Amino acid sequence: MIKFENVGLRYGVGPEVLSDLTFDIAPKSFQFLTGPSGAGKTSLLRLMLLALKPTRGLVKVFGKEASQIRRSQMPAIRRKVGVVFQDFRLLDHLTTYENVALPLLVRGKEEAQYRSDVTELLKWVGLGDRMHVLPPVLSGGEKQRAAIARALIDQPAVLLADEPTGNVDPPLARRLLRLFIELHRSGTSVVIATHDLVLMDQFDARRLVLNEGRLQIYG
Amino acid sequence: MADRKLKTRPGIASNKAKVRKPPPSAATVPSSDTPPRYNLSSGRNIIPRETIIGQALSTVIIIMAFLACLTVGAVSIINQTASAWQSDISREVTIQIRPFDDVEMDNAVRQASRLVLTFDGIAKITALDAAGSARLLEPWLGSGLDLDELPVPRLLTVSTRPGANPDFAAIRSALEENVPGASLDDHRVWTDRLNAMAWTMVAIGLGVLGLVLVATVLTVIFATRGAMVGNRSIVEVLHFVGADGRFIAREFERHFLVLALRGSLIGGVASTLVFVILGLWAQFNQATPEADQLSALFGNFVVNWMGYAGIAAVVITIAILAAGTSRLTVMKQVGDLERYRRRTPE
Repeated sequence: MIKFENVGLRYGVGPEVLSDLTFDIAPKSFQFLTGPSGAGKTSLLRLMLLALKPTRGLVKVFGKEASQIRRSQMPAIRRKVGVVFQDFRLLDHLTTYENVALPLLVRGKEEAQYRSDVTELLKWVGLGDRMHVLPPVLSGGEKQRAAIARALIDQPAVLLADEPTGNVDPPLARRLLRLFIELHRSGTSVVIATHDLVLMDQFDARRLVLNEGRLQIYG
Repeated sequence: MADRKLKTRPGIASNKAKVRKPPPSAATVPSSDTPPRYNLSSGRNIIPRETIIGQALSTVIIIMAFLACLTVGAVSIINQTASAWQSDISREVTIQIRPFDDVEMDNAVRQASRLVLTFDGIAKITALDAAGSARLLEPWLGSGLDLDELPVPRLLTVSTRPGANPDFAAIRSALEENVPGASLDDHRVWTDRLNAMAWTMVAIGLGVLGLVLVATVLTVIFATRGAMVGNRSIVEVLHFVGADGRFIAREFERHFLVLALRGSLIGGVASTLVFVILGLWAQFNQATPEADQLSALFGNFVVNWMGYAGIAAVVITIAILAAGTSRLTVMKQVGDLERYRRRTPE
């Protein structure tokens, strides 16, 4: 699904921030991406999202070599990848409901087709009563949940989540983890970048550990 | 409650069948040729209107449209006035008969008149009598002039029939052969100068119009880029949730189309009002010297239907140009975002 071979990344003329990364994200797999702050987790997620081109090495996404994918094909590729950003990136002028529905809206779906799905997902992540408020009045945890719901709403083939439980309390973190596990069981490959060892201990999954730009894989 | 719901599949699981489906195929994802509909139930715009439409840009478009429409109207007035001048001049030619020692002037005038009337397209000939010639020369030679003592040429005004095109070359040669001292002036020099002046004014007007349109396009490009920078985070989110360039471009294009249409309409109406007011002013001051001078220069100062059609065309052109320019600018910027390339860290 996503395949990296000897991938290296440097910004400008600086040292390599990621070196010799070789791994793949298999279909229907679940993995945690972890490592100390500044290890390059976000950069690696951006490489997987094709928002960044590596300095060297080969990246394949859905069987296609990334450098061979035409610009016109990018939106279709991106629609198969759900992303939860560390800083949420909710649109402040749209309601929680509209933010979560955004991926469906850009796909040209009518509201009647998705209203119940969006409502149910929002209820499940605990935002049922915050559906029609704007993000600036949501707490950090609520924004986090809205961002997760937006990434999940169209059931992507791959979910890339950057610290998705960073702003929520442990019970909610567990609940969100269960949501990711459920999503994984329904066929989505999940990559969760996290520092949270307690969270990782709750689910036996492959761990990709980044340290000083190099990757070690456990499990 | 959450745990209980989880067992029955949370949130997204309400469409269980969909969850089990393979990733969206070309059949389920709308074709890139069919523009997706994107109406928010709240009626909000995905790109907030207030972040795009600045009062300054709106004013600039109004001014540009006003100038462009003024130019079109002025060109139309010049064009129709020059045509009227040319038509007036072309309808009359002048025959001049210079005095000869052994030629009796009145006979020469009659002979020239008879000769010219034999040609097609001639409506009438008016000979300027001695008193008329004296009046004509009075400003230079003073009053009480006895023309018999001076070798003053006689003038004949030849009027042509409307739409007729007499053979002036043949008339000229016939006069020169048969009437000693006669020459024909068909005002070609003046007509050519008027034509040259009119075309120069029209070319200058079109040049000004072109510059105004280019300035409008550049203004919209800068405004669109500014709006995209201001909405960069929104554009990026749309991009990451799978919106293509055309979807994002439509959001901006719509705003700029409305903005430009409104601005160019205001500018067009303002310029039309200017022409109407000037026309009324000229009409109400017909007998005054100022109005006479304006009338001599610009005819009756009325923009004809072609002028108003030109103003309407400018209004529509500015709106389309603004919308198209913003679309191309957004497409280019989003295309850059789509490009798989090395970037600096965020």
